[in-house]
Amino acid sequence: MSAGSSASALADVTSSDSALRRYLHGLPGVDTVGLEARAATLGTRSIKTTAKAYAIDLAISMIDLTTLEGSDTPGKVRSLCAKGSNPDPSDRTTPQVAAICVYSDMAATAKQALSAGGGAGIKVASVATAFPSGRAALSVKLADTREAVAAGADEIDMVIDRGAFLSGRYGKVFEEIQAVKEACKRPSGSGGEPAHLKVIFENGELSTYDNIRRASWLAMLAGADFIKTSTGKVAVNATLPNTLLMLEAVRDFRAATGTQIGVKPAGGIRNAKDALRYLVVVNETVGSDWLSPDWFRFGASSLLNDLLMQRQKLSTGRYSGPDYVTVD
Amino acid sequence: MSEKSANTEKKPAKSEAAAGRTKSAKAPAARPARTPVRIDVLKTYKLFVGGKFPRSESGRVYEVTDSQGNWLANAPQSSRKDARDAVVAARKAFSGWSGATAYNRGQILYRIAEMLEGRREQFTSEIAAAEGLSAAAASAQFDAAVDRWVWYAGWSDKVTQVAGGANPVAGPFFNLSTPEPTGVVAVLAPQESSFLGLASVLAPVIVTGNTAVLVPSEKAPLPALSLSEVLATSDLPGGVVNVLSGRTREVGATLAAHQDVNAMDLTGAASDAELAKELEVAAADNLKRVRRPDAAADGDWSGDPGISRLLAFLETKTVWHPIGV
Repeated sequence: MSAGSSASALADVTSSDSALRRYLHGLPGVDTVGLEARAATLGTRSIKTTAKAYAIDLAISMIDLTTLEGSDTPGKVRSLCAKGSNPDPSDRTTPQVAAICVYSDMAATAKQALSAGGGAGIKVASVATAFPSGRAALSVKLADTREAVAAGADEIDMVIDRGAFLSGRYGKVFEEIQAVKEACKRPSGSGGEPAHLKVIFENGELSTYDNIRRASWLAMLAGADFIKTSTGKVAVNATLPNTLLMLEAVRDFRAATGTQIGVKPAGGIRNAKDALRYLVVVNETVGSDWLSPDWFRFGASSLLNDLLMQRQKLSTGRYSGPDYVTVD
Repeated sequence: MSEKSANTEKKPAKSEAAAGRTKSAKAPAARPARTPVRIDVLKTYKLFVGGKFPRSESGRVYEVTDSQGNWLANAPQSSRKDARDAVVAARKAFSGWSGATAYNRGQILYRIAEMLEGRREQFTSEIAAAEGLSAAAASAQFDAAVDRWVWYAGWSDKVTQVAGGANPVAGPFFNLSTPEPTGVVAVLAPQESSFLGLASVLAPVIVTGNTAVLVPSEKAPLPALSLSEVLATSDLPGGVVNVLSGRTREVGATLAAHQDVNAMDLTGAASDAELAKELEVAAADNLKRVRRPDAAADGDWSGDPGISRLLAFLETKTVWHPIGV
């Protein structure tokens, strides 16, 4: 099904600010205890041997390898690109990561490094819209986005205006996402696909599960291609329960409109065990349709090293150590 | 037939009950004289990993007996995952411990000796039970172990002078060699000497700044498990010493193959040449430094230890520094 049918199914809810508010507040409340218990239960599944090997490779191929520091240099971005293209030089069967995630001024550097270094299939994701706070004028956010798209970013990670969301101005957030979505289009004549839009909620600042559910629906209605938990810059980032909640939202959204939306937990996922728990939750909540880098991503930096060490353990039978992966 | 037997069984049961009733009728008069029996509070021995006392991840325990074969306690039987966790903890502790001043490390080791003194009775009885010694002989073992520990503690800020120094070179340079700790060291403690032997292999590893994953004597792990309680309360940072009781072969094999272990002391495999060889082969894979077992050493630890155990787990760093004009 296409975006046309999604518009017809839910067209009236976005027709006005009050209709949108009515719709979002009419969403069923989240059963906090049930949600957390469900996530905890799924987190106890044990994945071993061949299933583990499959899951580790899948997780590596889903990583948005990220560096979002004030101290980022072109050299650091280039070395990250080299790592993403060839995560384990001692084992060429290791899959490449899904994307390299950088600030918008580094997007061109990343694009160049990837195409020069055998990583042409790896996407460049750029954060934009005054990441991580989102506190800037709309014109600045749109300019930020256009610059990143022009620099070659394949994906844009935008942050929503949490201030507007928390004060109930859903229409403003909705329009902002639509405007950024518009800015993701390539200039006419260049013929390129528009950049994929990931919308970051910063779950740690939304305080309640109900708000996360509302933000999910809001972003999906506004045309997000992916919904993303957090920036990685605040105390609470991706957790199993809030990712489960967002997966339920994309499942219900597809059932209602036929449009499939991706999910990206980011921040705080540091080891292979955690990553495998997320994959179990994906499989049990939305099924194998989402078990692909096109529909599920991990925003992470140190996770890759732990996955590589686990992979080495599986292939050699010996526990590996940090001496056998890069320091980054 | 079955009905009949059921009937015959019922009868004695009834008469017993009747007897019970008559007894209980008399009992109230006798009750005040009964002294309450105190239920034993048995100790659950646990592993020591990263400064905490977990049970084995596998949930397994094995029976530890005294030298006569009488049950003493259940000790945790470590699995390969416990070994993995211990190495992670030891690696995490390494930068802090090796970066501490030699003076500070020496002080902490001395503190451990002080804390051991306060538990003399417990250790003496554990050593006596484990090794079948008289109380006096066990006490002498304990004394020797504490003395050895203090002796090694004193080496913390002296080993550099012995193992390092200024080298004469033909050029306008200061050329200085200093010993640095190797890293994470897996230590298989002696099988026979449960405490003196243990102290004699553990102290030289950690005093120079290494962190240790210790596999105590398989049949007599209790003194080592109690030592970990002392280590936990002596300002020793968590993870510097990790104690994994269990089957030496099982835990040793994982540690020998582990890529993040830098060195291995095979003293505990002295009596099993085949095991020692296997472990040495596995350890060669990532070029671990290996201290081969000395078959004669396991048993009598009373002699002068010398400093070979200190030097075995040190790397020499040499720097050239131009002499200014």
